[in-house]
Amino acid sequence: MAKRIEVKDLDIYYDKFLAVQGVSMTIQPRSVTALIGPSGCGKSTFLRTLNRMHELVPGARVDGKVFMDDEDLYGPGVDPVSVRRQIGMVFQRPNPFPTMSIYENVAAGIRLNGGRMKKSELDDVVERSLRSANLWAEVKDRLNRPGSGLSGGQQQRLCIARAIAVQPGVLLMDEPCSALDPISTQAIEDLMLELKTDYTIVIVTHNMQQAARVSDVTGFFNLRGVGQPGELVEIDETTKIFSTPSNKATEDYISGRFG
Amino acid sequence: MPVTTSSERGPDLHTPLSGVPLTHGQLPRYAAQFTLLAAIAAGIALTLAGWNPAASAIIAGAGYVVVIYAWSRTVEGPRKARDRLVTAVVTGAFLLALLPLVSVIVTVVGNGIARFDVEFFTYSMRGVVGEGGGAYHAIMGTLVVTGLAALISVPIGILTAIYLVEYGRGRLAKAITFFVDVMTGIPSIVAGLFAYALFALVFGPGVRMGIMGAIALSVLMIPVVVRSAEEMLKLVPNELREAAYALAVPKWRTIVKVVLPTALAGIATGVTLAIARVIGETAPLLITLGITSSVNLNPVDGRMATLPVYAYYQYVTPGVPPEPALERAWTAALTLIIIVMALNLIARLISRLFAPKTRG
Ligand SMILES: Nc1ncnc2c1ncn2[C@@H]1O[C@H](COP(=O)(O)OP(=O)(O)O)[C@@H](O)[C@H]1O
Ligand SMILES: [Mg+2]
Repeated sequence: MAKRIEVKDLDIYYDKFLAVQGVSMTIQPRSVTALIGPSGCGKSTFLRTLNRMHELVPGARVDGKVFMDDEDLYGPGVDPVSVRRQIGMVFQRPNPFPTMSIYENVAAGIRLNGGRMKKSELDDVVERSLRSANLWAEVKDRLNRPGSGLSGGQQQRLCIARAIAVQPGVLLMDEPCSALDPISTQAIEDLMLELKTDYTIVIVTHNMQQAARVSDVTGFFNLRGVGQPGELVEIDETTKIFSTPSNKATEDYISGRFG
Repeated sequence: MPVTTSSERGPDLHTPLSGVPLTHGQLPRYAAQFTLLAAIAAGIALTLAGWNPAASAIIAGAGYVVVIYAWSRTVEGPRKARDRLVTAVVTGAFLLALLPLVSVIVTVVGNGIARFDVEFFTYSMRGVVGEGGGAYHAIMGTLVVTGLAALISVPIGILTAIYLVEYGRGRLAKAITFFVDVMTGIPSIVAGLFAYALFALVFGPGVRMGIMGAIALSVLMIPVVVRSAEEMLKLVPNELREAAYALAVPKWRTIVKVVLPTALAGIATGVTLAIARVIGETAPLLITLGITSSVNLNPVDGRMATLPVYAYYQYVTPGVPPEPALERAWTAALTLIIIVMALNLIARLISRLFAPKTRG
């Protein structure tokens, strides 16, 4: 189920503004890949090109190739909606649907797509997803309460449950813990380590320790210079990046001697 | 980095500012209330002494403002005094704004209560000369015409708002926004003439139909619905749309299942208020519906009575003696006010019922 992603020489534009230039990388299945780098260097932008969310911004486009298990995601005739069915996403700020209960939120990916499923099957999917997101024990008695009544950390785990309920091959997470307290962060990090047995996970984080703790591979993004596009400086095994990075800028960044 | 000294960094926050005491005088606890009572008493005294009541009220109000400001300034200092001054002025402005409203309600209730009886709500004016009779036909006519107007305007208005917020880019969207703004300013009589002219083209001059009135009212209602629905849709956070897209939900389903439900409370309130806005329109209905004295619930078959037009005709053609007709006009006005108030209450109820719940 987990998919491999291969990016080849990707340029990402907002209208005429080149935000990210020349990214090539391979993301292995059943692993956690962390993307680090200073703010504004295009990590979120890059992440959103992987499930074709980038083009939702008017005028936004890309140049280059992204393959998912040898399928070209930007090939002619590829429907972005079906790409997103394979590649789920969790956002920086928890965003459960406010009109829906906890149950409906988890079932949203199935129900909103008009999927017909027996009640008992749907119940199973919801329970399985909530269990995978380590949230089941906390909410099993109030599945019909609004999802927005949960705490921030619980809401974020609800969003993860919602994303994995549709069984995507890849899970993208854009700073999923930056709005959370340390305990919730811990819960979500544990969750990532569990989920990587089934999914390919790509996470953007500003937290070096987090990258070091959860990821197998780390990629460092940086701006080429002031007013210049962002680029992927280097990508390697996490242990290697955090001990002997091959690039000076990477070393400066992870040791806090940046800027 | 050189150590900055406090003089470079602005005021030193460690030594207390000298000369500004932390305590200051205070007016006695009920000072404001007593001053107000004194001012009111003075106003009453002036009225009794033969002054114009409005002039006495203004003098009493001004007197209160001057006294409380001067007193507070000497005892409490300038900041507190300004606070009391502005409080008095704001309260005064509020009371002034309330005056016409209270006056209208008192007059209408006082004059309308006489015929606020069962007969008024169950009888039409068929064959009635002089006393008796009712506005059943007009109430039903108002409900039918306004209901039809809502039926036409709400779908058009909401779909337009969805287009503007979710799809509209470039020229077309700008043009629509512009024309909606223009429509907001159309005088209601023009809307009536438009509907009349439209139907006169097909059915010849002199045509009167309920549906014509509904169309005239829609012209007035659509821009209000578009505007309020647009504002409500804009309030739906983009994150929710992105959350849905990330779950591979197509755009139209995202709008139907996520955006609209989230904005439903606000849209429903806006629609109800738009209805309340047009239900009292007289001029366009005068042209398009005319008046009749018997019940007609068929909007494509001739004249129909409506409450505002009914009140108007009772007033301008009262007959002899005029009193019964004038009383009916007042009661019709009272009924209209009650309907509008009920609509406003319904709007509040709806927004409470449909509002997204944040607490379980
Ligand atoms: N919607 C947008 N429209 C135009 N430019 C954008 C948009 N979003 C981001 N950018 C620009 O793209 C660059 C990368 O931003 P982003 O991907 O958010 O960086 P990061 O996530 O690494 O902090 C920035 O220069 C930013 O200003
Ligand atoms: Mg970002």
